[in-house]
Amino acid sequence: MTEKKIRVLVAKPGLDGHDRGAKVVARALRDAGMEVIYTGLRQTPEMIAEAALQEDVDVVGLSILSGAHMALTPRLLELMKKNGQSHVKIFIGGIIPDEDLQSLKEMGVTGVYGPGASTEDIIRDVKIAVAG
Amino acid sequence: MTYSQAVLNGDRLALSRLLTQVENDAPEGRAALIELFPHTGKAHLIGVTGAPGTGKSSLVNQLALYYRKTENKRVAIVAVDPSSPFTGGAVLGDRVRMRDLAGDTGVFIRSMATRGSLGGLAKSTANMVQVFDAAGFDVIIIETVGAGQSEVDVARLAHTTLVVEAPGLGDDIQAIKAGILEIADILVINKADRPGVEMTEKALKSMLELAHPTERIFQHHGSTMRIAGPKQEASSTPMWIPLIQRTVSTEGKGIVELAQAIARHVAHLTHSGGWTIRERARLEVELDALIYEELVSRFRQDIPQKQYDDVLEKIIQRNLSPGEAVKILMNGRLK
Repeated sequence: MTEKKIRVLVAKPGLDGHDRGAKVVARALRDAGMEVIYTGLRQTPEMIAEAALQEDVDVVGLSILSGAHMALTPRLLELMKKNGQSHVKIFIGGIIPDEDLQSLKEMGVTGVYGPGASTEDIIRDVKIAVAG
Repeated sequence: MTYSQAVLNGDRLALSRLLTQVENDAPEGRAALIELFPHTGKAHLIGVTGAPGTGKSSLVNQLALYYRKTENKRVAIVAVDPSSPFTGGAVLGDRVRMRDLAGDTGVFIRSMATRGSLGGLAKSTANMVQVFDAAGFDVIIIETVGAGQSEVDVARLAHTTLVVEAPGLGDDIQAIKAGILEIADILVINKADRPGVEMTEKALKSMLELAHPTERIFQHHGSTMRIAGPKQEASSTPMWIPLIQRTVSTEGKGIVELAQAIARHVAHLTHSGGWTIRERARLEVELDALIYEELVSRFRQDIPQKQYDDVLEKIIQRNLSPGEAVKILMNGRLK
């Protein structure tokens, strides 16, 4: 029997076009032995929720640099709950002001990472979150 | 309710979770495959293969759009990308080219990694296709990893195999080599707006003419010459000669014609009995693979680890050849 692989959806919601960060994280998770489904730029919360459903992922990683995280994140969480995927862990990377961290955590976001975060920390946190 | 029941009722979350169990070869997945098998055998399986960067994913996107909009068929897509041979990880990026299909519940896209399999597909791809088949998808498109010359497993799985080429990738010598071009039912020249498309088409055409001799009329030093094709017996079923279709998938050009070519191939398979022959060959391979796996696992259970290790040690010491070792280990077993 094959061992269970960690499956991660890396998505970039909203309108900013900078996907370098998302690609660096996708590559790092790949090198940590995970299967990363990369969906590309300018995704709506609806598209991300649908991809997460079809791919049966354990983790969704969002890259948001536009400042729209307080609008996009609750919408995505609501859609995923409706799809029966509340068990999926959500991670966010990008430019997230400190004052929003608490509200994001309360919404159910597992981890938030800003500029300079180390990929090793992200890999460790993802593994811990999936192991439950 | 079991996942397989829920899948038959059209539950998308259950379908997704069951696909994971089947992909991981979990006991629940194996049990579900047994339950679902009577519901399979209805879908048209289309394989799409070709070198990396020829535009397979974009083409699949366009084909799926066509089947949704024009024929109102439910479409499943299984997109395979390679796993790293070093870490086992993978980046599965085929969805990036398939964003036009988002928001349509008549489409289900599933990405999967090869997890060490060669041949262009993963070990469990065929089983995942069975799950989609049972779930009632009319068309299942299987996109292989970017294939080189010998990733030909998809031809054994699919009813219709498309091999995607692009201008500028190889000359007529590449075209007569064995392997991937031989498995094509339809040759697609994608990116046909690029220079060099005539050369590519010419190379592929001459390859087909060598493989499938037909009557030919051509000009040679100013005179018209005619070479008769081989006589076909009246009773024999007509041979399928692969079609060549140009497309520009980023603009949706040539897609209707490609879908028509696929429909012609389906009609040919149905008419000639090829459909049944392909089904039989596929199920035979599947059965053989399962028998092989079962026999090996029983055989290994039957041999004490100590005995196995001792024999292996003798082989390492060059006191015994692997061929003799098999005879010793097999002796008296599996009659």
